[in-house]
Amino acid sequence: MGSITLRKVSKSFGATQVIPPLDLEINDGEFVVFVGPSGCGKSTLLRLIAGLEDVSSGMIEIDGADATLTPPAKRGLAMVFQSYALYPHMSVRRNIAFPLKMAGVDAKVAEEKVTAAASVLNLTDYLERKPGQLSGGQRQRVAIGRAIVREPKAFLFDEPLSNLDAALRVNMRLEISELHQDLATTMIYVTHDQVEAMTMADKIVVLRAGYIEQVGSPLELYNNPANRFVAGFIGSPKMNFIEGESAARHKAHAIGIRPEHCALSAEKVAGAWEGTVEVAEHLGSDTFFHIETADKGVLTVRAIGEFGLRHGDKCWITPDESRIHRFDEDGKTIG
Amino acid sequence: MATQHSRSAARFMISPAVILLLGWMLVPLIMTLYFSFLDYRPLRGIFDCCVGLENYSRFMGSSSFWDSVTTTLSMVGGILAITLVLGVLLSLLLDQPIWGQGIVRILVIAPFFVMPTVSALVWKNMFMNPVNGLLAYLWKFMGLQPIDWLSEMPLFSIIVIVSWQWLPFATLILLTAIQSLDSEQIEAAEMDGAGSLSRFVYIIMPHLARAITVVILIQTIFLLSIFAEIFVTTGGAFGTRTLTYLIYQRIIESQNIGLGSAGGIFAVILANILAIFLMRIVGKNLDA
Ligand SMILES: Nc1ncnc2c1ncn2[C@@H]1O[C@H](COP(=O)(O)OP(=O)(O)OP(=O)(O)O)[C@@H](O)[C@H]1O
Ligand SMILES: [Mg+2]
Repeated sequence: MGSITLRKVSKSFGATQVIPPLDLEINDGEFVVFVGPSGCGKSTLLRLIAGLEDVSSGMIEIDGADATLTPPAKRGLAMVFQSYALYPHMSVRRNIAFPLKMAGVDAKVAEEKVTAAASVLNLTDYLERKPGQLSGGQRQRVAIGRAIVREPKAFLFDEPLSNLDAALRVNMRLEISELHQDLATTMIYVTHDQVEAMTMADKIVVLRAGYIEQVGSPLELYNNPANRFVAGFIGSPKMNFIEGESAARHKAHAIGIRPEHCALSAEKVAGAWEGTVEVAEHLGSDTFFHIETADKGVLTVRAIGEFGLRHGDKCWITPDESRIHRFDEDGKTIG
Repeated sequence: MATQHSRSAARFMISPAVILLLGWMLVPLIMTLYFSFLDYRPLRGIFDCCVGLENYSRFMGSSSFWDSVTTTLSMVGGILAITLVLGVLLSLLLDQPIWGQGIVRILVIAPFFVMPTVSALVWKNMFMNPVNGLLAYLWKFMGLQPIDWLSEMPLFSIIVIVSWQWLPFATLILLTAIQSLDSEQIEAAEMDGAGSLSRFVYIIMPHLARAITVVILIQTIFLLSIFAEIFVTTGGAFGTRTLTYLIYQRIIESQNIGLGSAGGIFAVILANILAIFLMRIVGKNLDA
């Protein structure tokens, strides 16, 4: 069990309201990702759920029971911190066993659970080491181990991978996803990396300045963003936004087209947008072109594989008409 | 910067300071060593060379010597215990966000700036005086017989006075240590179900271990040479004669410089044994 419901939850620090009243439903077993730019209140929201901060108003329900005033230890949630927050003077074994010890679990049972968690997380060889003698990825796993042994109703992760290098991050991302498959426990995961959000989530919650901009599955958000902010935030590289005459032709204040939904041609194509290549970024599998146009600003276009265009070359862009998103003055999507 | 040239220049530049410090330290030490082998009693005009180890055997042979060593150790131990226990509690308290935090912190540090002689006199006359002292009033107010602190429990009284002076030091060091504790660790422990006592035992105390060893080391070095507080309160009477005070009495009151110097050399050895012992502990703690 692990369903969490927020009802009109808000949070203010002094006079500044960081989270305006918001409602959110997290179902049992779901992998929910909070994304948003830095300072938008993701950590604050997670800490409210964890009970590390008191809500200013509203109600938090866990498994249908009001948990607004329940202290963190009693909520049955486990948190993995960005800094891992391992206890530096305890061995890995004692770190993982700490929540069990606090819960008064029998030493033998605790030992079995620690051993089981360690083997799941490949930590068996490191059990006697101190956290200071571990690599970043191993510390991360210890932090996760400490969370697993409690068999919580839900896991809370606050940017757990942001201190790792790119390769390790991809690895750990997979491991966490696998863990979710195995445990089928609710997980709430905070990140500002939209790739992590897209790859891991069942449900993404996009936040901006404390407001929920949109909630949905990764593909829903990708295909049908509710507004310009979500459209720009989800997807990499970023969606191109074009205002002015081309937008007016689509009866919108602005239109958006993703780099992967544009066809590029080195020869003149009727009705295509003309431009000059500024920069070509070669990734091997793809090439991203930044193309200067006369009336639409700089557009990003993705071409598959190598594409023989270089700086200064003329080119023509044909957008996929069915993939054009239209936005009104307020940035809302026009349906 | 660290070229051969700049390094030798640096050595040359600091040499005056090093030579001065060495001289400062070595000259008195060698003089003490030298005197400790003489029968030197200036008031009686005695200056006999080379009495061998007689001064040492006489100094250590007297019953007051072992008494003074125990007094010294129990005084240092008592002060350490009081300053550490209260220091930990006080630093925990000062770490809480309270109104007027800045002023409270300055007030807590204040005793450290009071000269030892002054603070001992203030305690002696304003607090511990059996007739006019504040404590006497307090005792009378509670209907009890006032205590003559400095003659009834002299060692304890001196421990209290010196603890009062050194508490700010311990508090300050421990406070900075507590403030350097990652708040996420405390939060993690909170989520792991640790109550405030468990958090203190399992998270805060281990974190403070290093700071505590540093406090013990530094305080021990300074406390071994307590003098002023004893001088102005009991004058070494009633079992408050520490090693330092005994040496003082031998030299000034008995005017026996040879005997006192032998005691001085023994004090140096004792301090070094303690220091090596403590450094070991600190070193072990700092490695972890
Ligand atoms: N204790 C606090 N007191 C006052 N303001 C705070 C406090 N904690 C957070 N804030 C403010 O709340 C806002 C949201 O902070 P939060 O830490 O939730 O951001 P975030 O989305 O997690 O950002 P990041 O991605 O950088 O971690 C920020 O503007 C921050 O300045
Ligand atoms: Mg954050």
